[in-house]
Amino acid sequence: MDVLILARLQFALTIAFHYIFPPFSIGLGLILVFMEGAYLATGRPLYHAMTRFWVTIFGLMFAIGVASGIVMEFQFGTNWATYSRYVGDIFGSALAAEGIFAFFLESGFLALLLFGWDRVSPKMHFFSTIMVSLGSIFSAVWIIVANSWQQTPAGYHLVKTASGTRAEIVSFMDVVLNPSTIHRLSHVLSAAFQTGAFLVVSVSAYYLLKGRHREFARASLKIGLFMAVIAAPLQLLTGHASALGVARTQPAKLAAFEGHYAASAPGAMHLFGWINDQNERVELSVAIPGMLSWLVSGDSRTAVTGLNAFAPEDRPPVNIVFQTYHAMVAIGMALLALSLIGAFYWLRGTLAQTRWLLWIFVFAVGLPQLANQLGWMSAELGRQPWIVYGLLRTKDGISKVVGAGEVLASLILFSFVYLLLFALFIYLLDHKIKEGPIEEELGLAGKAVRQ
Amino acid sequence: MSLDLNTIWFILVGVLLTGYALLDGFDLGIGALHLLARKDEERRIMLNAIGPVWDGNEVWLVTGGGALFAAFPHVYATVFSGFYLALMLLLVMLIFRAVAIEFRSKQPMLWWRRTWDISFSVTSVASSLLLGIALGNIALGVPLRPDFEFAGSFLGLLNPYAILVGVTTVSLFMMHGAIYLLLKSEGDFHEKVRVWVRGTIIFFSICYTVASMATLLFAPHMVATIKAHPILFVVSLLNTLAISNIPREIYHGRDFRAFLSSCAAMVALMTLFGIGMFPDIVVASNNPANSLTIYNAASSHETLSIMLVIAIIGVPLVLTYTASIYWVFRGKVKLDRFSY
Repeated sequence: MDVLILARLQFALTIAFHYIFPPFSIGLGLILVFMEGAYLATGRPLYHAMTRFWVTIFGLMFAIGVASGIVMEFQFGTNWATYSRYVGDIFGSALAAEGIFAFFLESGFLALLLFGWDRVSPKMHFFSTIMVSLGSIFSAVWIIVANSWQQTPAGYHLVKTASGTRAEIVSFMDVVLNPSTIHRLSHVLSAAFQTGAFLVVSVSAYYLLKGRHREFARASLKIGLFMAVIAAPLQLLTGHASALGVARTQPAKLAAFEGHYAASAPGAMHLFGWINDQNERVELSVAIPGMLSWLVSGDSRTAVTGLNAFAPEDRPPVNIVFQTYHAMVAIGMALLALSLIGAFYWLRGTLAQTRWLLWIFVFAVGLPQLANQLGWMSAELGRQPWIVYGLLRTKDGISKVVGAGEVLASLILFSFVYLLLFALFIYLLDHKIKEGPIEEELGLAGKAVRQ
Repeated sequence: MSLDLNTIWFILVGVLLTGYALLDGFDLGIGALHLLARKDEERRIMLNAIGPVWDGNEVWLVTGGGALFAAFPHVYATVFSGFYLALMLLLVMLIFRAVAIEFRSKQPMLWWRRTWDISFSVTSVASSLLLGIALGNIALGVPLRPDFEFAGSFLGLLNPYAILVGVTTVSLFMMHGAIYLLLKSEGDFHEKVRVWVRGTIIFFSICYTVASMATLLFAPHMVATIKAHPILFVVSLLNTLAISNIPREIYHGRDFRAFLSSCAAMVALMTLFGIGMFPDIVVASNNPANSLTIYNAASSHETLSIMLVIAIIGVPLVLTYTASIYWVFRGKVKLDRFSY
């Protein structure tokens, strides 16, 4: 196989695996702030036990997130050296800022979170929880800044140097607040909150179904559901804002989202469909004519730029972008419905007895994860064939001195490593969930010591 | 020597990597010594001596990598793509190491713990060795093309000099880790660690002497700057004094001062390395004109200034909470239910 495909596969594997964990820790981090805040405010041992239990789950997520994240930091240089030379002046700053402002904050205060219960005051511990949560959010900020700059480069100029042309910074503010940063960041963050919320909802629903840790499960479910109900409509809003942004800044990607080929015509929105790239049509579809135009401009007759406005070599792969985008939207809707149904039963006071819904909640933890992966795929595949939109093609970004054999070797190596890591993660997560919160703590305040 | 932005960033990246060596150095070293402890409780004390801090220590490497990318993107690109397989191996080792630390004590089964104990130790030695080999090759110089791309091979990186630097790094980290463990342990185990400290000091002294002679013989450019500016010989002198002071403090039972001496020795060693390289970052062994320097490999003046502002805001924060964490977790390791 050729080195470009292998390098792209390796990047996709690395980031897809890594991206399982940060949304969990960003979402769960914020929930921990609520739980521990509730403990400090009320002094109820229940909240203390909740915080302790979820902190151990957080620790597990974080450990694997760090282990897989180190690869992310280095593989721009290993596999994408030409890209690194081209964008280092801009992209490198965002990564370095992430290290200085986010990673140190997270990893430092995580030590207090995990091991500091008996060493610092409850207030200091709460402060650490806030810092860890902030750190995980800062980390998202800087990485989205870097990635958004790839999507919608701004604040740079191209400079010829002895070693070739490269992008150099003109305005740091324009780089950070490039046209897609804000709506992509808000979409990613609310997705992370939703992911964390559904993790808590899932585990709590499981306990309720098994009749274990009832009080603990009810209280956790309440907090998780509360966050899910807020995050789900936020996802719709930020998703819509993102799509508007894409329409403005990356018309080829938007056209691929909806399989809109005609160079300039009103666009339809498809509920589902299959792209026939030869005939340039969407088949087997149910479509609302003019809906795409209406969503983008408020008028169903507005012309939307289609794929035919771009040379074939400048178009993203249409069907996969179409499918991943539509699947993500469908899951988003399902999560909204689930959150609202859950809230309805909660308000009626019968959620804990509604077993069919609890069973759905147990498995629903996979849905935000799936939506995260699909959304990321549609965003990044929709950016193709560019590695930096409009400036540098993906095929021109790879390392010149790394051969297909080397990439294949590392790809196989990392496939095994990630498989093992994932198996261990599931095994330990399952173990921790089965073990549950420390029961005796539910009735005692503070420092009950287990023998 | 005028202190321009490029020089400042050369020093700052050096500071980050030195911070990494000082901090992750002791936890890699403790990993290398791990199998010497025979009892489960002793091994748990070793793991918990680094428990709250090891992942924060690793962040120094990640941030060092990020700073290198931001300040000297050509070095980042050339070295990481050139040392491809070696770096991938290092990444796999670091991942496994993290996993071993995290998972080892989660289950009581003997086979489970033994497997992770071996992984922890092997990956710690391998990570230190690979880092040292990379350092050795940078000191020796590697073949570079005029377009800055690496022109060597993976096997070429495994030359005797680089391996010697690799082994020296392992020995340095083992000594550093053993001394750190003295601060963290008590009772019988503490006395056992004292014996390890003696052994590792001897191991390191032998490696250090041989590596120094090899550097004079095979990488003489590393000492050219000191030859030209004899005042810099002070750094060599301080390095030697710091190293010699370690056994002295150990003999008098002043373990913390021994640890500080070990830190001082590492800072001096990294300073000597920096002086030897400056103003090059990667020396082209085939043609000096192809070398990557702090000027031709750097980001724009604008980026270096912005990054300096970020560093001025960020570094004091980082130092403050790193110091606070070490302060909170000071003293001997006590195993409790939060422990590994």
